Amino acid sequence: MLPRKSIVDLTVRSNQSLGERFVLLKCTDTSAHLPLMLPGQFAQLRVDNSKTTFLRRPISINYVDIDKNEVWFLIQKVGAGSQALASLQSGDILNALMPLGNGFAMPTNTTDRYLLTGGGVGTAPLLYMGRCIRDMGGRSTFLLGARTASMLLELDMFRVLGDVYVTTEDGSMGESGFVTQHSILREQRFDMISVCGPSPMMKAVARYARKTNTPCQVSLENMMACGLGACLCCVEKTVRGNVCVCTEGPVFDINELNW
Amino acid sequence: MELRNPVMTASGTFGYGTEFQDVVELGRIGGIIMKGTTYEPRQGNDYPRMAETTGGMLNCVGLQNKGVRYFAEHIYPLIRKIDSRMIVNVSGSSPQDYARCAAVVDTLEDIPAIELNISCPNVHDGGMAFGVTTDGAASVVKAVRQAYHKTLIVKLSPNVTDIVSIAKAVEAEGADSVSLINTLMGTVIDIEKRKRTLSIGTGGLSGPCVKPIALRMVYQVAHAVDIPVIGLGGICNATDAIEFIMAGASAIEIGTANFLDPAVSMKVVDGINEWLDAHNVASVRDIIGVAE
Ligand SMILES: Cc1cc2nc3c(=O)[nH]c(=O)nc-3n(C[C@H](O)[C@H](O)[C@H](O)COP(=O)(O)OP(=O)(O)OC[C@H]3O[C@@H](n4cnc5c(N)ncnc54)[C@H](O)[C@@H]3O)c2cc1C
Ligand SMILES: Cc1cc2nc3c(=O)[nH]c(=O)nc-3n(C[C@H](O)[C@H](O)[C@H](O)COP(=O)(O)O)c2cc1C
Ligand code: FES
Repeated sequence: MLPRKSIVDLTVRSNQSLGERFVLLKCTDTSAHLPLMLPGQFAQLRVDNSKTTFLRRPISINYVDIDKNEVWFLIQKVGAGSQALASLQSGDILNALMPLGNGFAMPTNTTDRYLLTGGGVGTAPLLYMGRCIRDMGGRSTFLLGARTASMLLELDMFRVLGDVYVTTEDGSMGESGFVTQHSILREQRFDMISVCGPSPMMKAVARYARKTNTPCQVSLENMMACGLGACLCCVEKTVRGNVCVCTEGPVFDINELNW
Repeated sequence: MELRNPVMTASGTFGYGTEFQDVVELGRIGGIIMKGTTYEPRQGNDYPRMAETTGGMLNCVGLQNKGVRYFAEHIYPLIRKIDSRMIVNVSGSSPQDYARCAAVVDTLEDIPAIELNISCPNVHDGGMAFGVTTDGAASVVKAVRQAYHKTLIVKLSPNVTDIVSIAKAVEAEGADSVSLINTLMGTVIDIEKRKRTLSIGTGGLSGPCVKPIALRMVYQVAHAVDIPVIGLGGICNATDAIEFIMAGASAIEIGTANFLDPAVSMKVVDGINEWLDAHNVASVRDIIGVAE
């Protein structure tokens, strides 16, 4: 059973810039406990302060701090909608429909070697997932990629939760190149891989997973209107035909996809 | 068919209702018009199926659904006890195709009505082709009227030069009500890719940007036919809804606004009641078509 969805007026507690292109919003519900959320789920955030956008924007649950009753969103400024969200300040209201989607399949065995890999802002859902795996008594390996060192986000948080390996395309930190070129993939084997990032990256990881016979789940970022499985705008072609990414995903086993 | 209140949700924007049950008390909505349903299953169009525009969106979903027999077997048992009017939106590619789909729905006891979508702009094999000529619209309604015995609502396309003549044609063939408008055909171009963004090039425009056109058409049709008119197109709040009612609509549907606020339908129900109370109006019936 997935957690119950709700429409919540969140209050922004802080807006922290992570370099030029990213913002970390920490939000709370001042009147109630936040709903239960699973790693890999997302929220549809209403964009109030933009003239040109119309629909909500899907943003992953980056982290949940239960003690502080906080949910975090990591936002990359791409167009008008994400820029408007990134400009929210402490005290502003952010209307969220959440939690949505299926979330990542979690390890059944805490000794499983879990690889969580992502690129750019796609690392967002992996942080909360790493936290949940740790809470279960497991430990994750994170393999995080970015164009350059300043675009590797929340590294300190990741380091608390597991072993962190990084790649940068310009070699400014960690090994140079893409995540799929990292030596750890040659040296170690994993029981499960979870990946979120740009689609060429996810496809490359999926090829690695197939080659090494490792189960692999990917989190897709199709454009969405309702986020509830009603409008059928967000579909992905799968072996079962067109399915909604917002309800049957965003996380899919690679064997379900026509990749 | 009587409704508890004049607020319904529009086809293709509210799923089968169940998708919204965590955030909407479905029993408070007058009616729920479910997803477009065809006789044979359809995969719909390729992704991308939506684009945003100022004050609205375009979609080219293309009637993806698992077919009416799947609906009857697997979905109907789950939705039949929802305490609202559960209405099936029926589409097809020929009058016979519409009629055999409607005939299946006719056997479902807890479905009090169908809404006939003769106006979908997003499928190439029919749909809107029927809705844009008086003869085409009449031929579909005639075939369905023989196969379907409960309330028959016919949903009209705004992509025509004279919507009134089409409304009159379907009224003459026995439609119990007309609903309008469906989406307006439009397009969006990605200037970097120098390409139209939607997978089939065009899509149906909906949302608040279409409201003035919809309202004008509802006004014209309501003044020309004797059957009840259901108004929709861009309704986002109670004021919008009351405008449609004053233009002559007996009931309204809310579509795209459900994406902005999934709970909007309940708010419109409350908002209409508050307006009636504040203006000492006993019933919605007293303001239907009062606009000069
Ligand atoms: C389940 C899910 C989780 C996501 N999680 C995050 C997250 O945690 N942090 C984050 O920053 N972003 C996330 N995204 C992507 C985010 O939703 C888009 O970047 C955002 O909607 C773009 O809106 P905009 O108004 O800024 O850009 P627009 O002006 O709408 O578009 C700008 C550019 O972004 C592209 N774009 C538009 N929508 C999307 C989309 N849904 N996915 C990818 N590219 C898109 C467009 O093609 C265009 O080139 C997620 C998307 C999904 C579906
Ligand atoms: C994503 C989407 C899917 C739709 N699917 C259908 C459909 O299957 N059948 C139908 O008759 N109308 C469909 N419509 C049209 C709506 O029911 C409605 O007529 C139109 O959107 C105008 O109302 P609105 O501006 O309130 O959305 C769809 C609209 C949208 C946005
Ligand atoms: S966004 Fe509407 S069905 Fe997925």
